[in-house]
Amino acid sequence: MTDITPSDARPTSRGTATEAVRRSLARRNRKQLVLQGFGIAAIILAISMLLILLTSIISTGYHAFTQTHIQLEVYVDPEEIPAEGLPRGGFDDVLAAAMGAHFPAVDLTDRAATRELTSILSNGAQFILRDKVVADPSLIGQTVTLKVPVSDAYDQLNKGLVQRDTAEQFRRVDDAAIARFDRLDELGLISTPLNTALITNADSRFPELAGLKGALIGSFWALLTCFLISFPLGIGAAIYLEEFAPKNRFSDFIEININNLAAVPSVVFGLLALAVFIGWFGLPRSAPFVGGLTLALMTMPTIIIATRAALKSVPPSIREAALGVGASKHQVVFQHVLPLAMPGILTGTIIGLAQALGETAPLLLIGMNAFITSAPGSPFDSATALPTQIFIWADSPERGFVSRTSAAILVLLTFLIMMNALAIFLRNRFERKW
Amino acid sequence: MDDLRQHLQVAGDEEVKISARNCQVFYGDTHAIKDVDVDILDKTVTAFIGPSGCGKSTFLRCLNRMNDTIDVARVEGEILMDGENIYDKKVDPVQLRAKVGMVFQKPNPFPKSIYDNVSYGPKIHGLARNKAELDEIVERSLRRAALWDEVKDRLQTPGTGLSGGQQQRLCIARAVATEPEVLLMDEPASALDPIATAQIEELIDELKQNYSVVIVTHSMQQAARVSQKTAFFHLGNLVEYDDTGTIFTNPQDPRTESYITGRIG
Ligand SMILES: Nc1ncnc2c1ncn2[C@@H]1O[C@H](COP(=O)(O)OP(=O)(O)OP(=O)(O)O)[C@@H](O)[C@H]1O
Ligand SMILES: [Mg+2]
Repeated sequence: MTDITPSDARPTSRGTATEAVRRSLARRNRKQLVLQGFGIAAIILAISMLLILLTSIISTGYHAFTQTHIQLEVYVDPEEIPAEGLPRGGFDDVLAAAMGAHFPAVDLTDRAATRELTSILSNGAQFILRDKVVADPSLIGQTVTLKVPVSDAYDQLNKGLVQRDTAEQFRRVDDAAIARFDRLDELGLISTPLNTALITNADSRFPELAGLKGALIGSFWALLTCFLISFPLGIGAAIYLEEFAPKNRFSDFIEININNLAAVPSVVFGLLALAVFIGWFGLPRSAPFVGGLTLALMTMPTIIIATRAALKSVPPSIREAALGVGASKHQVVFQHVLPLAMPGILTGTIIGLAQALGETAPLLLIGMNAFITSAPGSPFDSATALPTQIFIWADSPERGFVSRTSAAILVLLTFLIMMNALAIFLRNRFERKW
Repeated sequence: MDDLRQHLQVAGDEEVKISARNCQVFYGDTHAIKDVDVDILDKTVTAFIGPSGCGKSTFLRCLNRMNDTIDVARVEGEILMDGENIYDKKVDPVQLRAKVGMVFQKPNPFPKSIYDNVSYGPKIHGLARNKAELDEIVERSLRRAALWDEVKDRLQTPGTGLSGGQQQRLCIARAVATEPEVLLMDEPASALDPIATAQIEELIDELKQNYSVVIVTHSMQQAARVSQKTAFFHLGNLVEYDDTGTIFTNPQDPRTESYITGRIG
């Protein structure tokens, strides 16, 4: 608008119109170029930010996808582990003995020396052995080959995250420990397989044992609850508002409020859920079901808005056509408009759920950041969710959790990308031309 | 005896199907239809003519209460169909629209298969007892709309994939499939070539044996060819309503004459 100056306004008075157009054309083209330049710069900036983010996460996170293991020949000594005593028994002593076999110089009666020797094993090693023996008591008296994770410090050492040339007093593992580890490595007992525990284990104090199973199942229950509540309610509300509600002040008021609700910070929903679901209704803390209810509160406005937009985008001629052959309002909506709006509704819903999947603050408020070492068996058991698990790990002092935090972020991002890809797929697959 | 039968025939022809009394339509503050009184006869083709924007579509949409769907539209006065006011509270617009079919100005097939387009009306009104009957209705309707030969091999393809003219004929087939008593057609032939137009005019001629047909058209020739009665609208007023022959040969109002001879429009 601003580029119409008085001289442009009456070009014919001074020359032909084409001349005026040619003169203004150069300026218009220049403006367009500037605009394009800004656009491209913005995109480059955004993409480079994304790349920096991804490289930093991946470069720290990839360490967590493998885990250093040690292979031991363990003699399950019936003296230490009597069959009638199960599941109790001297599993740690048996393991120490197995370790000692490789280091004859170490005196296994010396407690401190033994502890130092077995510090290479994960704290979970004795439980892995115990579970194995409990499952098959006939192993007592035999020698079993056991592959167990090494503890975090040695895992870091193996992955080169502990610098060997650092002065000993600044290192987490001393020279003697490095020597022992290298000896085991020379014997071919150290391996670095894929860290399946990251998916199959629940949380743990020990990074080498910690996994996302509890968080994944917790997030699944929470999202399922969220979907089952927000999808039907959101669509129902949107259909009513868009198709049936009389257009008056009251429906305007509701519309404004729904739009505002979509903009309410998520932490507020967390406080609301804490007061209502846990405070009044007495629902359990930390439960994915309550998390799902909370997320549903947040997702519902998104779904309502997406559904209304999708319903609105169905051309009125389709409604007229259906009404014209004598369809009732109800038939028009459910047989014509809703099926046509469904791709848009699903896209909106999936994007809403993806948001919910990454939402952290409200879940923190209802206690889904508890330390829970077993996966939830039902939506009413205590659990964490993926984002709150990331929060917990990011807060943990152990070095191993640094890479695990990034790995968990990558897992979360993978799910988000998958959900968004599904939304795009649905949109393209069902895109219609009228 | 022969005389008597002829007399009865004429009387049947003259039976009034729809009569509008003092009909007004407002779109918000715009007064789109002013004081229209008209009697539309049964078993007759009535043409609505008039310049663009004069309210032909608006008035047509009053006859099946399609204006109810426009929030700002307000209809006043009475429209009687078979003596009953269709704007009466106890009249269900859904039932009314099953009786009064409509073909819209712009072709608007459902984004469904050709078959589903035509069978939708009969299905929701329960006009077919089984699949075979439904197939029969679909074929008959498509034949009447002069579309059957072109689509009989692809009934399951989307109706929206047809050409504009074919879509319009599909909409006509959809409208006649419910066997309405009155058929309202808003410029049904505006997107059709002369051959398809001729076929549609044939259909209209056939339909008038049983139904009352109201057609909006911008073609004087078409109005003259298919209709027995013609109504001329101008700026929301019904200026003149008479036998088609009279309107075209001996119009009473100077505005009608100017329009017909091409001086306004
Ligand atoms: N939905 C609407 N909202 C507001 N005004 C409308 C609406 N539909 C029609 N009108 C107005 O009502 C008047 C009559 O319109 P109408 O569509 O009935 O004309 P028409 O005679 O069918 O014209 P055409 O021959 O171009 O189809 C016009 O002035 C138009 O602007
Ligand atoms: Mg019109």
